Amino acid sequence: MTLLGQTIAMIVFVWFCMKFIWPPIMNAIEERQTKIADGLAAAERGEHKLEKARAEASEIVEDARKQATTILDQAHSRANEIVAEGKAEGAKEREKQLAAAHAEVEQEINRAREELRGQVSAIAVASAEKILKREIDPKAHDDILSKLAAEL
Amino acid sequence: MATEGGPRTSGEYISHHLQNLQVCPTDEGWVWNQCAGNPLGINVDSMFWSVLLGIVFVWLFRKAAKGASVGKPTKWQAFVEMIVDFVDSSVRDTFHGKSRLIAPLALTIFVWVFLMNLMDLVPVDWIPYFSEHVLHIPYMKVVPTTDVNITFGMSIAVFFLIIFYTIKNKGVTGFIGELTLHPIAPPTKGIAIIAAPVIIAFNFILESVALLAKPLSLSLRLFGNLFAGELIFILIALLGIWQLPLHFGWAVFHVLIVTLQAFIFMMLTIVYLSLASEKH
Repeated sequence: MTLLGQTIAMIVFVWFCMKFIWPPIMNAIEERQTKIADGLAAAERGEHKLEKARAEASEIVEDARKQATTILDQAHSRANEIVAEGKAEGAKEREKQLAAAHAEVEQEINRAREELRGQVSAIAVASAEKILKREIDPKAHDDILSKLAAEL
Repeated sequence: MATEGGPRTSGEYISHHLQNLQVCPTDEGWVWNQCAGNPLGINVDSMFWSVLLGIVFVWLFRKAAKGASVGKPTKWQAFVEMIVDFVDSSVRDTFHGKSRLIAPLALTIFVWVFLMNLMDLVPVDWIPYFSEHVLHIPYMKVVPTTDVNITFGMSIAVFFLIIFYTIKNKGVTGFIGELTLHPIAPPTKGIAIIAAPVIIAFNFILESVALLAKPLSLSLRLFGNLFAGELIFILIALLGIWQLPLHFGWAVFHVLIVTLQAFIFMMLTIVYLSLASEKH
């Protein structure tokens, strides 16, 4: 009888275990396993993404550097150009001013010469007057005097 | 202590400790403790403790199962999961078929047998003394697995499962064939065919013994180990003051036996059932 009772008790306990204990625990374990596996996979994916992003970033930085170099080069050449232009312009301006100054100086010289001539001719007329001790009609002899002045 | 219960000789002490509390129906109604040889007798103490421990197992594990959470397991749940996982991997390693029964069966056997064996570590006098002097129950054997009826009860359930699985996976003819056509294949043609009945009978005897030996060895192994362990505990309890270190030493050693025997019972059950459902 003990034997039979034990067999029955065992069947009951095994049945209970099979029905109410094993499935929920196994479910929890399996679910956790999938969760952990998913988490690991996600972590790996994240790592991959990070690596890709890193590569992209370095590419972008490299591009930017290249661009910056180009821009710098361009700026340098442009600056050189501007300087050269400025130099050329300055030289031209100087030339122009120099020419203008020359012209003015020339003009001044001419004017002074003209004035000198007039004065010399006046002096010559006065000296001639004194020498000849006679009156010469400056109106009648104007042409001679101006010719004389021109010859001076 | 050993002789506290009254003026008792060592022999009386030992046999008292090994006596089950029995009840059986007779011609004069139900009688207690006069059941020697009565097949209808029930070992009340063994039944009580085994069912109680079974309920403890079911209750504890059900608690973990009901509150089972995926993300944040309690410590108890983690412990239960460890055991479940251990049993599950043992089953997976050995049993290659697919069955919803085998793994829970193995878990139940393992934990239940373990708990029943564990009762062996309760000092041998505590519960019998309590029941004798407080509850006035004369006999109380607290380790169910030291009762051969209990171990046989379980192994018989396993035995029927073996037969069930064999028939389920190989059919009735496969079952009969397994019993009669191995290990010597009977001749099927020629003059030698007259020897076939003899060979079949020989095979049948051999295979029947092998089949019956399975539950027998299963139950006797558990019973023998635990009975011997219990007996040694009782003998140590008779030693007076020297029992203290000896008891400790044997208890430590017995922890190993308790676990090992529970594991062996479970493992052999799995092995037998996987043999039963394997196709040749």
